[in-house]
Amino acid sequence: MSKRTRTTSLERHDLTGWLMAGPMIFLIFMFLVLPFVLGFVFSFTNQRLVSPNPTQFVGMSNFEQLLGAGILVRQPETDANGVLKRDANGDLEYQSIRSYTRNNPDYPQYEGMKEFAGFDWGDAKISFVVRDLVFVKALLNTLAFVIVVAPVQGGLALLLALLINQKLKGMNLFRTIYFMPVVMSIVVVALLWRFIYAGDHGLLNSILGFLSLGAFKPVDWLGNAHTALWSILGMSVWQGVGFHMVIWLSGLQTIPVSLYEAAEIEGATNWQKFRFVTWPGLRNTAVLVLIVITMQAFALFAQVDVMTKGGPLDSTQSIVFQAVQRGYVKQDIASGSAISVILFVLVLSISLVQRYLTRERT
Amino acid sequence: MKRTVFLCGAILSAGLFAGNAMAQTELSMWYHGAGNKVERSIIVGIINDFNASQSDYTVKLEEFPQAAYNDSVTAAALSKKLPDILDMDGPNMPNWAWSGYLQPLDIPESKLANFLPGAIGKWKGKLYSVGLWDAALAMFARKSVLEENGIRIPTLDKPWTKDEFDGILAKLKATGKYDYPLDLGMNDKGEWYPYAFSPFLESFGGDLVDRSTYLTAEGALNGDNAIAWGNWWQSLFQNKYAPGTSESPSDQQTGFLDGKFALQWNGNWNAVKAMDKFGDDMLFLPAPDFGHGPKIGAASWQFGVTSESKHPEGAAKFIEFAIQDKYLAQFSDAIGLIPATSTAAALTKNYAPGGPLASFFDLSKAQATLRPVTPGYTFISPTFIKVAADIADGADVTDTLDTAVDSINADIEKNDGYGFKN
Repeated sequence: MSKRTRTTSLERHDLTGWLMAGPMIFLIFMFLVLPFVLGFVFSFTNQRLVSPNPTQFVGMSNFEQLLGAGILVRQPETDANGVLKRDANGDLEYQSIRSYTRNNPDYPQYEGMKEFAGFDWGDAKISFVVRDLVFVKALLNTLAFVIVVAPVQGGLALLLALLINQKLKGMNLFRTIYFMPVVMSIVVVALLWRFIYAGDHGLLNSILGFLSLGAFKPVDWLGNAHTALWSILGMSVWQGVGFHMVIWLSGLQTIPVSLYEAAEIEGATNWQKFRFVTWPGLRNTAVLVLIVITMQAFALFAQVDVMTKGGPLDSTQSIVFQAVQRGYVKQDIASGSAISVILFVLVLSISLVQRYLTRERT
Repeated sequence: MKRTVFLCGAILSAGLFAGNAMAQTELSMWYHGAGNKVERSIIVGIINDFNASQSDYTVKLEEFPQAAYNDSVTAAALSKKLPDILDMDGPNMPNWAWSGYLQPLDIPESKLANFLPGAIGKWKGKLYSVGLWDAALAMFARKSVLEENGIRIPTLDKPWTKDEFDGILAKLKATGKYDYPLDLGMNDKGEWYPYAFSPFLESFGGDLVDRSTYLTAEGALNGDNAIAWGNWWQSLFQNKYAPGTSESPSDQQTGFLDGKFALQWNGNWNAVKAMDKFGDDMLFLPAPDFGHGPKIGAASWQFGVTSESKHPEGAAKFIEFAIQDKYLAQFSDAIGLIPATSTAAALTKNYAPGGPLASFFDLSKAQATLRPVTPGYTFISPTFIKVAADIADGADVTDTLDTAVDSINADIEKNDGYGFKN
């Protein structure tokens, strides 16, 4: 009976409740739900940022443009007698990929495609060709970035948290120092690291040169296609590690001291304490940290925008950088939206997989 | 209740007073230079003079920081809140005109007869914008360095040729005195690229887009001439004649002044600094001729009237008022820009005939080339930035140019020809 009265009393205040939630619901709708829905709709149109032309639905063409791919097999060229042609070095001759993918009416399916990778198969040359090489590179770069950042940043953060969780003097100082990069704007951090990574007289090169007594040859960290992405990654880990350290720390502090005391009595080593007390106690924290890092890593943008603009040779293109580049700089909102939708599907599916893998097993 | 009545009365009377004060028609105006005190004082001076000179209109100024300016205009246009008068960066004008932000500017041709070509914004035969100034690029060099190495000082009539220029770079490189013989400012991956580098491409005989139709870039950006440009461009970085895309920003600012570079491709806005440092030794040389004439970029910020203005005649009147020689000269003296007319140049400290920067005025007059006058320029510009950066980083020249052509053509197609299809 009393329960029933409570419910009706709450129901009576329905309107008040909605009114109180109203502003927030409105804001969430305006700035989260609406843009999300619009992005989804735009990705199937030819919407421009500004244009006097009417918007039209174009079906899947934005996605086909981004993800279109094919396999091109080239046989060696033969002369009129069917004999294989060879060049001066005795190597077989092939028609260039360009001759298939540009203005060749015989192969309309390859029009405008670019070679992404290729290998030899007997005498034939087999090439993977893609319609949008830059986007494919952005996709792969981002995936590589995520795969490396998630364990490295998470692990490093846990290590720092364990170090800092000890009851020693001056721990607050270290906490502050590790957390400081998180508070700084990523744009400022990226600008500063540009100087650290500078090619000739940068800080990093100078330090490495000094430590190796001059044996180290200066590397143009951001100007070299092999090092640029990893340089950005190193900086990102440094910048973000403090944040995840704090999350780990909060997890560590929820583990009851009595468990450690019990382990101590049982004669457990430090490693056993970590393995059987700390780690199981951090389970939920670990899931959270992993998912947050993954999502942040997929959103890689500011570092790229400030430090390399996707270069050199597309080695640091990222999905979000391409979405902004197309949707905003090139005013092609439709294409930018399509990239965002692809990113959304990607992040959603990876999060679901992560959730499944880290589920509570009973 | 009593209070409500009082309130109503107050609002009503406030409205009436405001009405009295607004016997003149108010024209709103947006300007991109927020934060720059000198620019502001001149603009406000022009506006005050205009407001005092007649009784029909009053112009009211609103300023924006440059970085947020284009976004603000786009946002205002989408929500139909554009002012009467806008200023805009020259190459953006066709896009804004096509998008319907602007209306043609009604200023008699005779008033513009003496203007530098880069200060006039025309699209499809109609005048949309006028600038009070232009900017120009030159090869910064030091007389002593050139003489020391036996390098001919080029003139407007006889600029360096491609082979001569390559020889000069090799010679300067061989001295070993400089980090690089030439600085191009490659770290500035923005509008600097098309502004500073696409004129080289044009001097080679290529172009960003086929300007006869504006419907394709095929042949212009990937023809033999463009490929020749790409190979030459790549050679600059392969031979270590110029620092590449990872150049540190500070080197671009001070490298030439510190003697790290022998030559620098730079704008008139940095000329005063260089002159202060090197005095009479400083030279501002014309662009090399790569086969199709020496060329430099043109068009800077310009004024126009928006489509939403209900008083275009008043707005045009203001712009006509603002392009008087004395204001052009004021701007030039204050922030070092090239005045848009020769008569105004004669009034300035730097650009008067025989003045220290007079060569820039002549450069602007003789070599200035507009970036493609098409609404599609907003797409072409970032595409070219990527082309120039990738080729500098060592990408395959032909492939890079082909890719750029494909994406520019696809964009033109997507936009139904940007109004050129008829």
